[in-house]
Amino acid sequence: MPKPQKQHCNDHPGEGSSRRSFLNKLWIGLGIVAVIEFIGIVTAFLRPRKTKAKAGDFGTIIEAGPVEKIPLDSVTAFVRGRFYLARLEDGGFLALSRKCTHLGCTVPWVSGEKKFICPCHSSAFDIRGEVISPPAPRALDIYHVFIENNIVKVETGRRIKRTEFRAEHVTYPKKRIDRITG
Amino acid sequence: MPQHEVIPEKLTLFQRIGHSIFPGKLRPVIDRQGYRRFFNTLILHFRPRRVPERTLRFTLTWGLGGMSVVLVSMLFGTGVLLKFVYEPLPGKAYESILYLQRHVLFGQLIRNIHHWSGNGLIIVAFLHFLRVFFTNAFHSPRQFNWIIGLGLFFVVLCSNLTGYLMPRDQLAFWAVTICTGMLEYVPAAGPWLQNLLRGGPEVGPATLSNFYAVHTALLPALLIILMPFHFWRVRKAGGLVIPRTPEEDAEIRGESVETMPNLILREVVVALVLFAFILVFSMLFNAPLESQANPGLSPNPTKAPWYFVGIQEMLMHFHPLFAFLIIPVLIIVALLSLPYIDYQAHTAGVWFTSFKGRRTALIAALAATIATPLGILADEYIIDFAAWMHGVPASISNGLIPFALVLAAIAGFYIMIKRRYSLTNNEAIQAIFVLFLTAFLILTVTGIWFRGAGMRLMWPL
Repeated sequence: MPKPQKQHCNDHPGEGSSRRSFLNKLWIGLGIVAVIEFIGIVTAFLRPRKTKAKAGDFGTIIEAGPVEKIPLDSVTAFVRGRFYLARLEDGGFLALSRKCTHLGCTVPWVSGEKKFICPCHSSAFDIRGEVISPPAPRALDIYHVFIENNIVKVETGRRIKRTEFRAEHVTYPKKRIDRITG
Repeated sequence: MPQHEVIPEKLTLFQRIGHSIFPGKLRPVIDRQGYRRFFNTLILHFRPRRVPERTLRFTLTWGLGGMSVVLVSMLFGTGVLLKFVYEPLPGKAYESILYLQRHVLFGQLIRNIHHWSGNGLIIVAFLHFLRVFFTNAFHSPRQFNWIIGLGLFFVVLCSNLTGYLMPRDQLAFWAVTICTGMLEYVPAAGPWLQNLLRGGPEVGPATLSNFYAVHTALLPALLIILMPFHFWRVRKAGGLVIPRTPEEDAEIRGESVETMPNLILREVVVALVLFAFILVFSMLFNAPLESQANPGLSPNPTKAPWYFVGIQEMLMHFHPLFAFLIIPVLIIVALLSLPYIDYQAHTAGVWFTSFKGRRTALIAALAATIATPLGILADEYIIDFAAWMHGVPASISNGLIPFALVLAAIAGFYIMIKRRYSLTNNEAIQAIFVLFLTAFLILTVTGIWFRGAGMRLMWPL
């Protein structure tokens, strides 16, 4: 269709042609704007909806219990919070996501071998979430752990991605810090 | 065409009803010829009146395109029925499937037909793709129809994957978790895309409604648009490719015969046989249903749906960036550009390109059959680049290096076979295609039958 129109314009240059080409461009421009708007509306419509979380559910701050009740060198599963609370041998806490960093399977803690072993592709992680065997590309994600009035709390609203384990990921109870500084 | 005047008083009741639907003063003399003409002009919009007799040979098409259409119609029919019972809510989906199977008359059968037709469609459409490739039916003027065909195959795969989640049992939940989990490795847009598809960070209620909408509205609509496009292009290309031996002249079209009944009758026979087969198969074998989905417990082993197991198997050997993104994208780009390569010989209609092509395809298949299992075994028990190269990022030690090795092996094979047999590029490209095809099939078979608990290699007995 555009071809004969062009010829027409060339045949009769002058008054009609510039207005026509301007209007044509205007229509195309408006059309593009409309398409962009529709795409915007659709993506906004499809944006993940937020769900309300009840206390103790995933997405809220979860109380894991008093510090001294959690044994050293242990892993406790919090099913509703979707995380593991790991306590290292030196008394530090880590809240590990239960999702394998490879493809998102749920990794169980195999206490006999002291490893998290993913059933999907046999990635393995140690108690700190560090990768022992691939294909997992990164250490297990963590959640922020803090201790208030001697109660361990985990903020499950925000998952923290990390490539490997670092000492600053571990949260220690006050006493230990006192011991170090004092 | 002989016609006669319509006299309303003389019509029977049924003729009167017909006359009120299709009014007009003149009617063709209704006889066998008339019906046939009516059928030819109205029903066969996508068909020429006459087709070359040689394209009717069953060993050209194996009826695969027609079978795909039959399966799609069966899927539409049973899918609509399932929609009346199924409830796409996480708490209800599994229960509604149980209700369907236990309390709805023929419920289990309808679900089985839908399940097996969907799985069968992947196989049939894939074989159709192979048939078109090996008869060289993708050369001009069929180039763009190859692209449409690939698009259709993609829609079929997406339909199967989205349908996989619907029962929301353990199998469904974890297969979809893995498949959408792969998206995380797409640079930049990946996590965003994953979030959009899942409707949140994890496979949950929103994922089910998303997949349900895509499975029951978006993809069927795409099929309805793309399928006629595909058929129309076949007609525009002058029908199917004419099968011939390498010595025969491509220009000779041979005798033409009436489409109705010659082609239609054959298609109806294939359709009825396939329908009967699916029906009997669905009576004998139930569609799988495991226990209800439990997000806290990944079954061991967790596998993707069988048609993606080949990719999952690649994930065992390559860094996800390569297994899920770079290698599949390269293969897709290669497939899309396949019809637009400048070929040295005109081979449309010749099975396996030429006599030499037949031999080299066989050699390529044998080479892949030997090399792929050896590669898998070596990677499983001997090679461990990540440990050998400590400190090197995993995307290089587990990704780039094995990828480069495989690529070098394929390039070496290409050069070797091209020189040794002095091949045209048609034959050499076919050999590489066969190499990839065989390797992919072996990866899939390994993933399905040779991977046990913890995805360790095992003997399937």
